[in-house]
Amino acid sequence: MSQDGYNYLFIGMSFALYIWIAIRQRAGSTKEYYTAGGGVSPFANGMATAADWMSAATFISMAGLLASSGYDGSRFLMGWTGGFVLLTVLMVPFLRKFGKATVPDFIGDRYYSKTARLVAVVCAIFICLTYIMGQMRGVGVVFSTLFDIEISTGVWVGGAIVFFYAGLGGMKGITYTQVAQYCVMAFAYTIPAIFIAIALTGNVIPQLGFIGDYTANGESVPFLQKLNDINTELGFANYTDGSLSKIDMFCITAALMAGTAGLPHVIVRFFTVKNVKAVRTSACWTLGFIAIIYLTAPTIGGFARVNFIEKLQDTPREEAPAWFGDFEKTGYMSWSDKNGDGKIQHFGPEREKLGDMNELTFKPDIMVMANPHMGGLPKWAIALLMAGCIAAALSTAAGLLLVLSTAISHDLMKKIVKPDLTDKEEIKYARLASLGALLIAIYFGINPPSAFIAKTVAFAFGMAASSFFPTLLMGIFSRRMNKQGAIAGMVAGIGFTLGYIIYFQFMGGTKDQYFLGISPEGIGFIGMLLNFGVAAIVAAFTPAPPKEVTDLIDSVRYPGGEETAASDH
Amino acid sequence: MEKSKAAKGRYWKAQLKCVGVLLSIWFIVSFGCGILLREWFDANFPSVGSAPFGFWMAQQGAIICFVLILVAYAVWMGRIEDQFEQEEGAE
Repeated sequence: MSQDGYNYLFIGMSFALYIWIAIRQRAGSTKEYYTAGGGVSPFANGMATAADWMSAATFISMAGLLASSGYDGSRFLMGWTGGFVLLTVLMVPFLRKFGKATVPDFIGDRYYSKTARLVAVVCAIFICLTYIMGQMRGVGVVFSTLFDIEISTGVWVGGAIVFFYAGLGGMKGITYTQVAQYCVMAFAYTIPAIFIAIALTGNVIPQLGFIGDYTANGESVPFLQKLNDINTELGFANYTDGSLSKIDMFCITAALMAGTAGLPHVIVRFFTVKNVKAVRTSACWTLGFIAIIYLTAPTIGGFARVNFIEKLQDTPREEAPAWFGDFEKTGYMSWSDKNGDGKIQHFGPEREKLGDMNELTFKPDIMVMANPHMGGLPKWAIALLMAGCIAAALSTAAGLLLVLSTAISHDLMKKIVKPDLTDKEEIKYARLASLGALLIAIYFGINPPSAFIAKTVAFAFGMAASSFFPTLLMGIFSRRMNKQGAIAGMVAGIGFTLGYIIYFQFMGGTKDQYFLGISPEGIGFIGMLLNFGVAAIVAAFTPAPPKEVTDLIDSVRYPGGEETAASDH
Repeated sequence: MEKSKAAKGRYWKAQLKCVGVLLSIWFIVSFGCGILLREWFDANFPSVGSAPFGFWMAQQGAIICFVLILVAYAVWMGRIEDQFEQEEGAE
């Protein structure tokens, strides 16, 4: 069977599975639509959360970024997993105890104000939209390589599929679909890594090969030494050192962590289990499942880097492997013979200073998909990877879309605009809202704000870090924080962060204008500090919250009595 | 009633201690080893396989520690809650 045949077979089978699950688990009530009725086991919820969590950015973009930037890529590894720790110990148990299905709901009640709720809804919409843009881009990348079509057409195809099962199944359908998607993703990610680890290092376990010796072509040097040698020879920064400044690295990692802890779609996931104890167990499972993929990502990045250079550097164009031609056609890799010797040469900044010309450019997003081709893997493994990429993008996009539609139908329509909305009408609004959101996301998926998926996604995290994270944290741990402080903090935080990002991404701001040398990716951390600061100052000059609210805080802090709290929906 | 209030106070303090301790470890393994003091760890700590210690922490070690932190959190908080329920039941 041809490669295309395998691709269609694997993707077709995985889709049939997802759709079958979505139809079988169709939601009957709003409670099932938003939180799957609250009866999912911690293990299954852990897997579903892991799938929700691992987006196209993780799956497609992260290893490619690690391959091209080495140590610098650690910001994503630590930022996203470390953020999950913050989320679990600082947010989830309390929000779960509070028992409302959405983050704007908590903010609206805790800060006893419709304005606060409205600001939270607007923040949720901005964050989710930015995040979905990244996912739609990812879907486009996969479908375009798969069918040899334009990225834009690929984005449309993906959008149609996301809409179908996010709208149809609600949280219940999504949860069980995501369990299946996690399994597909885990196999799709680790199997190519194992094959390549055996080929390059003679070690079955990629993580051990990564810190072991490179043994291909009769050589025997430590693998990381090999990577550093390659980078030095080609004029790049050492693989194990990277080139980001320490402050930027710190801020980006911190923004990703805090952003993760403020991401509405992941917080919502923990409403689907029975009680707070189950939430903690579920979180362990989730991070365990996430770790399987995150510990493999750096190895894939490293292996891809070595393979990429070994296969292409100084190779005459006619002798270059077939996959290079394929990726050249779709525009992911490009080569121009600047020195006229007919060979491919890839050089970094140090060599370019010496007068060598870099002839090869590539988009890091393609590395993961190119990896099995470069390693000469069997066709079914490549097809499996394709199915995994699609699963990653779709699962996250569906989860986000659900939060977005909930924010609009529940928090905006029902709680602010039209309180007498029936259950049925609410679901109708939710579906309309997801359609609208999807169309916007498709537009930005075709015209993305940044060249890399992971970067686009990092902006979403920056916004979450500067708005939800501080507000939720103060809402739980401070009894004095009032509505004025919270609203001012959120507006200042997200306004500053969004403004900074727009200025540098769309209005032509240059690197030397960076505040303290912090890139737009990391500015969410400063936005977060600003949010804390503004909120504290404003709260100090305005009246303390009423007694009902301090009672609410107390009830969230201590165990017991949660059955009554959860019966709101 | 008063007794229950004291038990709640103890519960909250115990929880803050648990979160504080675990987040300190969280900060040290990620920001400490992986970013702020990476060069120092690279140079002065034994390598993991062929990977310099700071680099390895940033790419692998921190993630492993995070999982352990969450397991510790689940166990520790479980104990704090059991303690609280006993105290409340005893009043």
